[in-house]
Amino acid sequence: MTQSRWARRAATDAAMTWLCGLAVAVTLVPLVSLLWMVVARGASALSWSFLTSLPKPVGEVGGGVGNGIIGSALLLGLAATIGLPVGIGAGLFLAARGDGTAGRTVRFLAEILAGVPSVVAGLAVYALLVRPMHRFSALAGSLALAILMVPMLARGTEETVRMVPRDLFEASLGLGVAEWKSGLLIVARTAAGGITTAVCLALARAAGETAPLLFTALGNQFWNLRPDQPTASLPVLIFNYAVSPYPDWQKQAWGAALLLLVLVGVLNAAARLATRGRFAGGGR
Amino acid sequence: MGTSLPARRRLARRRLERTGDTLYRDALAAFGMSVAAALGIVAAESAKLAAPALRRFGIAFVGSTQWDPTADRFGALPFLAGTVLTSAEALALALPVGLGAAIFLSEMAPARLRAMVRFPIEMLAAIPSVIVGLWGLFVLAPIMRTRVEPLLARTGLPILSGTPVGVGLLAAGVVLAVMVLPTLTSLSLDVVGAVDRAQREGLYALGATRWEVIRRGVLPAAKSGLFGATVLALGRALGETMAVAMVVGNSPDMPHSLLATGGTLASVIANEFTEAVSDLHEAALAELGLVLLALTLLLSIGGRLLLRRSVR
Repeated sequence: MTQSRWARRAATDAAMTWLCGLAVAVTLVPLVSLLWMVVARGASALSWSFLTSLPKPVGEVGGGVGNGIIGSALLLGLAATIGLPVGIGAGLFLAARGDGTAGRTVRFLAEILAGVPSVVAGLAVYALLVRPMHRFSALAGSLALAILMVPMLARGTEETVRMVPRDLFEASLGLGVAEWKSGLLIVARTAAGGITTAVCLALARAAGETAPLLFTALGNQFWNLRPDQPTASLPVLIFNYAVSPYPDWQKQAWGAALLLLVLVGVLNAAARLATRGRFAGGGR
Repeated sequence: MGTSLPARRRLARRRLERTGDTLYRDALAAFGMSVAAALGIVAAESAKLAAPALRRFGIAFVGSTQWDPTADRFGALPFLAGTVLTSAEALALALPVGLGAAIFLSEMAPARLRAMVRFPIEMLAAIPSVIVGLWGLFVLAPIMRTRVEPLLARTGLPILSGTPVGVGLLAAGVVLAVMVLPTLTSLSLDVVGAVDRAQREGLYALGATRWEVIRRGVLPAAKSGLFGATVLALGRALGETMAVAMVVGNSPDMPHSLLATGGTLASVIANEFTEAVSDLHEAALAELGLVLLALTLLLSIGGRLLLRRSVR
């Protein structure tokens, strides 16, 4: 009697262990499948002209995503120019004075902003810039990306700056060094690794964002380096090519996906390298 | 009483640095405030864009099932239903798997395996949604069409009826599940790992098996944190745009079955906005954005409050 009850409990325990282990395997299946498909199908689309030439018109085979690569770089560069000072500055603010009412309010709002769907941020920037300017532009796309980067940057910066011992800051003040110098040259510099991690993660996120670009940066068949003009980008190219009915474009979507995945992977690896595993998994 | 030149220079420098300090503090405060302002601007500008639709349809917009841009008839209900259905499906699929994986990694696996598996799982969260959508469209959808959907249709349930086409609400839910799984697993792992050791040791001392310790000791203590993680995952699922837009099939009809094509609040904005046929169409899409914003704000505030209470 007691023996059979014990056997049943042990069997339940074993069964649940197997089930939970199976859950881990199930979690990894889509990841492995996705990586495999992107690498296998993407690699066959890659070539020198794929990286360097413009898209061909519908019906002509060939062409590349060179303008998308340049466009993504332009968008990310502008977004970083707008977003980095604001995001890092906000993070320093939260670390220095985040415990007051103003600080707590800003932190709360930043967390809410982080949860805003990116497509809504795109709508807002459309209303703010695209409509008044009567033009889709790289600038509008970058602003939308910057809005998404800022809360990530603020949070990552605050987390690492708070790890810097306050003694360091106070010792610097005690030596007569000005507050801004102590803040920037002592505290922020000590936290530089962590801030770099936050920057890389925010850039990685922005690099893959598609929805807000659809109606801000739009897209462009040609080369563009002007902030006030519509601009192609890798994620939007992937979307447009993937949903198109042309097999050649669909193949190119996989190639562009491989490029984007490599970019995001490099940025994530850089994020990890910058702190060498000291505080892994920040940013989220 | 003349001060010496170096002393005066030092004084001037001190004054300059004090100005620098004031500037520094003001600048940081301004950056902080601009984050707050950004949220305000996003809400205000979306509302401005939606104004014509808000004036024309008001709150009845949310309850109307008609979406016909060429006839100027707009209602949010089909997309609200699509959003709720796909998100619910995503959670129903991802919750048991994510929680099971978190339990395995936290309670059953050796620490080395945990570190080894956690990295790729979190990597999955970093993959851009447009790439997940590409995978959903060309890898998942054909499997759904040829294997999964014919099987489900045989059950005869009305919610699973229809022709298997691959793309549709069901596929969108699966893609969403794949996308929220890493968030869910990683947050659950934090919550379960944060449960006090004494909670486990007490039960082991009473002779409980490992599963009984988890079932009666760990999970009850982690309950509110797990609920918070679920709410955050739901918030991500609701707002997810590209992957859904690529596999949901894009139809504005009221969903009658999971096998049917449909749309979500986010996916219809992505698919129709640049091709809006009229200003009212654009405004109606923006109003869908407002509904989505309201939904996610509610959830993210609620989820954060719950998580804060249990983890910190």
